[in-house]
Amino acid sequence: MPTLGRALLILALAVAVYGTVAALVGGARGRRDLVVSARRAVYAMAALTAGAFALLEAAFLRTDLTFEVVADHSSTTTPTFYKATAIWSSQEGSLLLWLVLLGAWSSLVLFLTRRRMRDVQPYATAVLLGLGAFFAGLLVFSASPFATLPVAPAEGNGLNPLLRHPSMMSHPPMLYSGYTLFAIPFAFAVGALIVRRADAEWIAATRRFTLAAWFFLGVGILLGARWSYAELGWGGYWAWDPVENASLMPWLTGTALLHSVMLQERRGMLKIWNASLALACGVLAILGTFLVRSGILDSIHAFGASTLGVPFLVLIGLMIAGSVWLVVSRVDTLRSDARLDSLWSRESVFLANNLVLVGLCFVVFWGTFFPLIAEAATGTKQALGPPWFDRYTVPLTLLLVLLSGVGPVIAWRRGTLANARRSFVVPALTALVVIGVAVALGAAERPLALTMFACGAFVLGGVGQELVRGARARRAMSGDGVLRAVGALVARNRRRWGGYVVHVGMAVLFIGVAASSAFQKSQDVKLAPGQTTRVGGYDVTYEKATSRIDTQGGELERVVLGARVAVSRDGERVGTLEPERGYYPSRDERGLGAVGRFFEGESTSEVAMDAGLQRDLWTAVSPDFDRLKPIIDEGDAVFAKATGMPPAMRAQLLGQVLRGLSDRYVREGPPATFRVIVSPMVAWIWAGGLIVFGGGLLGLWPQGRTAPRPATARLRARVAQDLGRA
Amino acid sequence: MDPSRKRRVRLVVALAAAVVLASALIYTSFSSSSEARKPSQLRSAVNGQEYQLTGRVVPGSVRDIPGGKSFRVMDREGGPSIPVRYQGAIPDPFREGREVIIDVRRGTDGVFVGEKDTLVTKCPSKFEDEKQQRS
Repeated sequence: MPTLGRALLILALAVAVYGTVAALVGGARGRRDLVVSARRAVYAMAALTAGAFALLEAAFLRTDLTFEVVADHSSTTTPTFYKATAIWSSQEGSLLLWLVLLGAWSSLVLFLTRRRMRDVQPYATAVLLGLGAFFAGLLVFSASPFATLPVAPAEGNGLNPLLRHPSMMSHPPMLYSGYTLFAIPFAFAVGALIVRRADAEWIAATRRFTLAAWFFLGVGILLGARWSYAELGWGGYWAWDPVENASLMPWLTGTALLHSVMLQERRGMLKIWNASLALACGVLAILGTFLVRSGILDSIHAFGASTLGVPFLVLIGLMIAGSVWLVVSRVDTLRSDARLDSLWSRESVFLANNLVLVGLCFVVFWGTFFPLIAEAATGTKQALGPPWFDRYTVPLTLLLVLLSGVGPVIAWRRGTLANARRSFVVPALTALVVIGVAVALGAAERPLALTMFACGAFVLGGVGQELVRGARARRAMSGDGVLRAVGALVARNRRRWGGYVVHVGMAVLFIGVAASSAFQKSQDVKLAPGQTTRVGGYDVTYEKATSRIDTQGGELERVVLGARVAVSRDGERVGTLEPERGYYPSRDERGLGAVGRFFEGESTSEVAMDAGLQRDLWTAVSPDFDRLKPIIDEGDAVFAKATGMPPAMRAQLLGQVLRGLSDRYVREGPPATFRVIVSPMVAWIWAGGLIVFGGGLLGLWPQGRTAPRPATARLRARVAQDLGRA
Repeated sequence: MDPSRKRRVRLVVALAAAVVLASALIYTSFSSSSEARKPSQLRSAVNGQEYQLTGRVVPGSVRDIPGGKSFRVMDREGGPSIPVRYQGAIPDPFREGREVIIDVRRGTDGVFVGEKDTLVTKCPSKFEDEKQQRS
């Protein structure tokens, strides 16, 4: 099996290299057959790598410990769900997933565009295959997922307990889909620049892929935020951690690109800018992939040093140098067809939004790489914390949300005073009402949060106004019911309404971010059973200690110590929370006893939450098992002496001892340390995320036949012309 | 003003604004960053100045204190260690012998006091060099 897997990867590398060369030669000499062959090489690469992935996944599912990656990242006692996901907790498996997704998306885009842009396609194919060859090369030469062990160990390391979370199934594949999808606008931008195409066809052909990249990356980021929020010590939903930042950067440039392409499609403007943004997205996506693996920056994700740094740096260097050269040498062909008519127009709002997004990206880039920049400049490594990031990102984000409210309601080309009056009164009034309500509720002490509420309300008011006006006009024309009119309005222009829904979602999300970060109350406190603490108006009482032992497939998986916490407000019980901490046995048995092993290994906190639209109550517990230590030591001593005991009996006895310990913990109920956080409106972040998700789907959904497509219009014109000539 | 001149003025204004903003960014990043140091580089630390400390928790040095832990941190490669007192969330992977990153200031008693909630523990297994992990 491992040999077959290796063979598949070598074949994938071979077809990728062949295809790259075939596409380049085919493009340069105009040999269509070679270009078609190169496209088929993409399909072949996708199929071969998918086969390799399936082989590896099968090895994980049946826990074939002769595979080095399986032994390192899974075990027979790992629950099946996590066995399936353990594949991408490894460096090799995640690189393979990257390549599989790249192959799949590339095949899809090349298939869909196979009859279009025959000049651009060869080079786009070559770029996609070149990237594929790079990753296949890594998998063949330096990070083989099919490395085997001479002797299979009796048991594997198991999936790191910290990664045992349902998001492990969705968060990494979503991010990788986003990263790999950004290769597509990159590849087509390169192709269009090489052949000096100045029209927007490559943009139109890849727009849905850019949107999909933006969508998947966004969903991945949000799932990550949600996961991080539900863990102790990961800094809440966002911590400006380098790996988080790495995924945010291409997302920001992608957001900018999705907006600025509209100006090129409509007005033939910003061609250089769009090509540069598409190139930047591709480079940043690879940079993100690299950051996760290189260990050059200290991150909470903390990937150890790896040997892949140099090849990645070479690739990124090549991509940047090539991009800069292409753009600079094509500047003349990419002159704008039109000029900005007025600073007070939708075009200029788009431009401003782009500048803000790119500015944000630059801030994030600078802050993320500052340790390296500072070391190069001053010789000492320095780090920037969240306050520095906040100083710049908060005002920029405020501006961005405001612009996202102005953009949809301002006129194209040149806005007039009448237009402004018609469009801005309702959003501005909404914002004023929200300011009034928020001040009445006591938000005046945090002006930045208040400003965000106002900006968010402005967006909601604007989109609401557009919806009402559109539906009213539609009803006047067709006489449909309200819902039907809204449905028809949205269906007629999914792209536009998808965008508006995304704006609404982002506004809701940032209202949640502003409220939860500005008005959060948190406390760390040590409580004995029966004691109460007060956080943000809630009384939190440690009622009693809890404990249990989890087994998996007949084996002891972990010991869980926890607490039952009663929450009440003004004497009225609001809910009961049961935060826990699971202790997994250490795999490292040196110097650890049979019992002590369970308390010296990895442990994970299971946060307990009472979530609601108004506020989240978040609790985590750190149990103190000092009082159990004498018993643990005693147990260790007993087991150390009983070397001749048969394994079955030993396991049974161990179970009894652990159960005894667990019962004792509950009975004695030693004091435990709690972290209690009350944050308002966190649920708005996730709700906003869901709305964005819906808007993204709406935009991705194929447009029906209701709107005339430019291509068919052009075709009709040509047919008419031909008929007239005939 | 003729349109091309107007455009040029706009461009200059925009570029000037960008340069001003970028310099503000660069200036503040140097002034508000904390120096990343290893324990061996912190023996001559200035009291009250914030440093980002990176190092390994000395085995056997971790003690519970109200609301947090006290422990000693040494260089990754070993060597002399410095005392740290920290109050705030303790990340799950925190353990003796593990690598940590924490923002600290030296107090008058010579103990480095960690900023609340800045303690980050490197997770030991993910993507780590495989050989090292199994040994």
